[in-house]
Amino acid sequence: MDQKKYKGEKKIDLYINIIILIFVLLTGIAAVWLRNLVASAMLLGIYSLLMATLWVVLDAVDVAFTEAAVGAGITTALLLFSIWLTGKHEKKSTKKPWLPLIGVIATGGLLIFGTIGMPDFGDPNAPAHLHVAPYYLQYSVSQTTSPNVVTAVLASYRGFDTLGEVTVIFTAGIGVLALLTGLRRRRRSQKLEIKK
Amino acid sequence: MKDYLVLRVVSKLLIPFILLFGFYVQMHGDYGPGGGFQAGVIIASALILYAIIFNIGIARKAAPMWIITSISCVGLLLYVGVGIATMIAGGQFLEYGFLSTNSASGNHTGILIIEIGVGITVSAVMLMIFFSLAGRR
Repeated sequence: MDQKKYKGEKKIDLYINIIILIFVLLTGIAAVWLRNLVASAMLLGIYSLLMATLWVVLDAVDVAFTEAAVGAGITTALLLFSIWLTGKHEKKSTKKPWLPLIGVIATGGLLIFGTIGMPDFGDPNAPAHLHVAPYYLQYSVSQTTSPNVVTAVLASYRGFDTLGEVTVIFTAGIGVLALLTGLRRRRRSQKLEIKK
Repeated sequence: MKDYLVLRVVSKLLIPFILLFGFYVQMHGDYGPGGGFQAGVIIASALILYAIIFNIGIARKAAPMWIITSISCVGLLLYVGVGIATMIAGGQFLEYGFLSTNSASGNHTGILIIEIGVGITVSAVMLMIFFSLAGRR
């Protein structure tokens, strides 16, 4: 009886996954298709929200949280601000992009071909679940007293990786700052020269 | 955006709760979903919402660029500082167990401190990017 109920739940999960993935595909295509960049940015926000829902269905709550906060929230705001600085419409290109299209289709085909060799969806015997994951699940609470295994892995077992991530974010911020304020300064000095 | 009454009232109501939620996510990262990264983004988004809806000048005065840049460095240095502290205490780099007499509680303290460092850096960098984008034109 319990077994049957469990199977039923899994089936609902599968249907929800398929429905969300179809919506993800549609919003992705629409975001590329539209010439209005503001609409594209909003569609990318919706795309991220759908992906966040997908992560929740797949029980990856931490990833869902990040996707919702970064992808749907702050990235959309930053994209809208960049569009406001540059222009609302994409220029129509006169060239037909055949070569990039072939490249993209070939890469996509290779990636889909690569999934054939991957273990089944949710297979408990997949290599990813047999390497260090059992150790983390067994010892993380006693070793770090943190009930959230994801945080324990990210902050403690893989603390050095997270340090690298933070450094990447910091460097990106400094890079943006250097680019934008440097440009402004150059433009200002150009204006001064014209006045002279 | 100053003319939209509904937006103004709703965001004025929401901003304190967004900030509170950000701090909650920060401090509860080891009990539930979330952590420094998400908390930093949420706190930055509260300030960005204020800047968009009300007045970017006031937001800029509340968080001047030189303070944000130094804060982003402080977060990273806090993270590295924990690593150096554990080295001084006798362990390896980022081996939090040496922060306390008990290995498990030392680990917990280490996680809390580095998550705060991550949160500080992420929120400062997000604000940095936002202000440098919005300040042009």
